[in-house]
Amino acid sequence: MNTAIEFQHVTKGFKGASYNAVNDVSLSINEGEFITILGSSGSGKTTLLKMTNRLYDPDSGNIILFGENIRDVDKVLVRRRIGYAIQQVGLLPHMTVAQNIAIVPKLLKWDKKRIEARAHELLELVGLEPKEFSSRYPAQLSGGQQQRIGLARALAADPKIMLLDEPFGAIDAINRLNLQDELKRIHGGLKKTFLFVTHDINEALKLGTRVVVMNEGRVCQFDTPENIAKNPADDFVKSLINSCREQEKFWEGLT
Amino acid sequence: MELLRFAQRNYNLLLRALVEHIQLVLIALVLSVLLAGLLTLVAMYFRGAGSLLTYIFSIVYSIPSIALFALMIPVLGLGRTTAIIVLVLYNQFILLRNFITGLGGVDSGIVEAATGMGMTKSQLIFRVRLPLSLKPIFVGIRLALVSTIAIAIIAAFIGAGGIGLLITIGLETGNNNRIIWGVILSAGLGIIVNGVLVFIEKKIK
Repeated sequence: MNTAIEFQHVTKGFKGASYNAVNDVSLSINEGEFITILGSSGSGKTTLLKMTNRLYDPDSGNIILFGENIRDVDKVLVRRRIGYAIQQVGLLPHMTVAQNIAIVPKLLKWDKKRIEARAHELLELVGLEPKEFSSRYPAQLSGGQQQRIGLARALAADPKIMLLDEPFGAIDAINRLNLQDELKRIHGGLKKTFLFVTHDINEALKLGTRVVVMNEGRVCQFDTPENIAKNPADDFVKSLINSCREQEKFWEGLT
Repeated sequence: MELLRFAQRNYNLLLRALVEHIQLVLIALVLSVLLAGLLTLVAMYFRGAGSLLTYIFSIVYSIPSIALFALMIPVLGLGRTTAIIVLVLYNQFILLRNFITGLGGVDSGIVEAATGMGMTKSQLIFRVRLPLSLKPIFVGIRLALVSTIAIAIIAAFIGAGGIGLLITIGLETGNNNRIIWGVILSAGLGIIVNGVLVFIEKKIK
């Protein structure tokens, strides 16, 4: 199996912080995996993700994508090869849905027909009727619809790697469950490698083929959801699992 | 009534003063916007340049206009060119502040997404920041325009002509009609221009 992403002793600190945001992280991720990175705020999960498309550069260590050290590749080119979706979505409000999806293909100078066909195909993939939605503006969409467009836009240039930074963080519970199911379906059909950051343990264990648990810049455990639930590696992971169990009890008490 | 009779008799004088004034203001405004646009780009590409430039021009802006005109005479001499240069310098503070805060104030999520998708710095400025800050840019231009209409009156002291000349001659010769018409024309011009631009501004998203 191909290695898609390799973090080798990656460390990154920010000025004025008492510990490194990411501290000596080494991970090897295979092509086609759906990796969720779970941690509370300040755990370094987003910093790790943003180093993968060079929004940040590590202080030390290497990040290898498909055998290539991204330190040696122009930042802009690295980013165009990687899909990127974030919680705030960040659709450009002065562009239609179709134009938003077309941003990266346009940067890559695809021809017009190919871009149109791709936008059409992607809207169908994310469950929005192309005829109805292509010419709408972001302000005319609900939060859930905006994030679907955000996903379509990230997928537009058919990247091998997708980085998702709490994409469903601001979406209500019911829509979030739907979007999670659809993201899982999309991943299953595409053979792409997903890196998905979340602070929601249910989301992390539900979506991930493997889960990275992070705390204070370090990786506590990197394993399948089953193994994490059965054999938590340290006290932090244990406390995460326990918090879930507590909630279950709370629910049982209500019903 | 006397005012109206004065206007009838001196129709050409008033019209010439108005046209001259509008010319002076427009030339100064176009040059101001060009210079401010250029300086804004510098500010976008070089970290820290924006606050430095705004600081420098805030000092220029705090000099009373009549003093700045006087200061420039030994350097540039009398005349319209000097007046235009001073007006352009004055406008930089108003324009730069609006341009820089406008371009810098674009929603951080949008900027992050655009950067993460692989836009270059220039693409980010021209395809994202600029189209999303049309309103603050337009507000800056409106404020600069209205203030230029007023400050250009003072420019008559160094020989720039326009409505200011009407007023200065009125003052020197004790002709109240000239002074009052000068005030009416300049205030009227300012109010009308501002009103029209505010109306257009509301149409910009």
